[in-house]
Amino acid sequence: MTPPVLAGLAGAALVGFGLYGLILHPHPLRKLLAFNLIGSGVFLVFGIVARRGAAAGLPFDPVPQAMVITGIVVAFAASALAVALILRLAAVSGKVTLDPEAWAKTPSTRPDGGGGQ
Amino acid sequence: MSALFDLFSFAAIGAGVFFFFAGTVGLIRFPDSLTRLHALSKADNLGLGLIVLGLLPRADSALAAFKLVLIWALVLASGASTAQLIGRALRRGQK
Amino acid sequence: MSVLPILDVGLAFLVVGLAAWTVAARNLFASVVGYVAYGLLLALVWIRLYAPDVALTEAAVGGGVTGVLLITAGKRLGALEKDEAGATPALALKIVAGALALFVAGALAWVVVTLPDPAPTLAPAAAAAADGPGAGLGNPITAVLISYRSFDTMLEKVVLILAVIGVWSVGADSAWGAAPAPLGRPQPAGAMVLLAQILAPIGALIGVHIFWVGADAPGGAFQGGALLAAMWMAAMMARLTEPPRIDARWLRLALVAGPAVFLVIGFAGLGLAGDFFAFPPAFAKPLILFIETFMVLSIAVALPLLVAGPPNGRSAR
Repeated sequence: MTPPVLAGLAGAALVGFGLYGLILHPHPLRKLLAFNLIGSGVFLVFGIVARRGAAAGLPFDPVPQAMVITGIVVAFAASALAVALILRLAAVSGKVTLDPEAWAKTPSTRPDGGGGQ
Repeated sequence: MSALFDLFSFAAIGAGVFFFFAGTVGLIRFPDSLTRLHALSKADNLGLGLIVLGLLPRADSALAAFKLVLIWALVLASGASTAQLIGRALRRGQK
Repeated sequence: MSVLPILDVGLAFLVVGLAAWTVAARNLFASVVGYVAYGLLLALVWIRLYAPDVALTEAAVGGGVTGVLLITAGKRLGALEKDEAGATPALALKIVAGALALFVAGALAWVVVTLPDPAPTLAPAAAAAADGPGAGLGNPITAVLISYRSFDTMLEKVVLILAVIGVWSVGADSAWGAAPAPLGRPQPAGAMVLLAQILAPIGALIGVHIFWVGADAPGGAFQGGALLAAMWMAAMMARLTEPPRIDARWLRLALVAGPAVFLVIGFAGLGLAGDFFAFPPAFAKPLILFIETFMVLSIAVALPLLVAGPPNGRSAR
């Protein structure tokens, strides 16, 4: 098993763990963390494509690598926006959960400020 | 001469690895956070210092050697400060 | 050489194990700490994939700045020590989610194992770009970012600006124009102040260095800018400086400088070199460095603003 394949399998496992956490955690920040795990797993799979696509005298394919760098920064920007939305949702509604049942119990609270989902 | 340098490198890096090992064992085995912090700082300071010392003769240029020493100095500064901060937070939590 | 495969396997297990910890940890704080460690180990995996540029970005942005963002957010939520909000999911949901995750991970693993051989690649085209409009750049990644895929890189800066606008606009209406809430506590610990005072100048220097060598060696605008941003955040956490008011003119100019300069030069390429985002070969390298300088500025300003969050308090207007 070569290092790229190993890293690719690790990436697949990361996507699995991230998906599990994303579905199950009611806490929004934990969901965000899990989502970032999925993201880095996808980047790793991208990375092994870069490693295998070595040609033209380079030890790697620079195009996927450059896109991963761009992707990491964009993922951070999206996370920051999500954090701002989560904090606003908590400030407006007083709730720190995305559990639908917790929201269903008190239908009187205004769920505004929580757009974007 | 180069054999002597090699021997020096091996000795220093080996000693550094030993300190890292000891620090990690302490991190896992010690009973509370303060003692674990104590064990960890040995790995950071002494272990990394010895590894950098062992790598110095193998550096390509004076600039590369300077960068190695700089990395060690930065880890020293940040390690010491964060250990302080964690210890302070622990003490606040115990009160 | 025979040690390296063991190292790879160990690294892979550590990374996957830390990911599991991030998902399974009891409280948010432990989870975030696990995630930061995970980001740093992932950087090592990238090194093993011959991707030092990605490793630098992952360590700085993926691990470091994201960790600061989440810890700050957790502190503001006041949820760091508390138990999880909401009920624990039912067993049936756990099983379904686990099965789905297993299925997706298995399918992805199958794809990874059965990738076509030889792999399709854009490396020759990128190498040609590095020889052509990106001439003189020894680092093929930088050549791809600025020359071959310049449009992506420019739009990515626009995404950063849009994210900043988005973060600002979720603040209360009355606070518009004010400064975001401070990052640190009112009375920062002495060690934090000392660390920021020592680290920030050196780190800023290293950030500029990483940007400068990025033309020929691993490094570049993203990594250097992220390091500068981290140093500014360290200074803000030690309360040596405060987050700026979001209606400050210099701030907004610095934010748009990167994509604006990129666009202007891109349009100039239309007239000078016959194509949008084409650089005249004779000036390619100085032009690229010129663009990158402003991109570093934009990144170094945008990342701390994203962490600092929406404006807080009342506008003084």
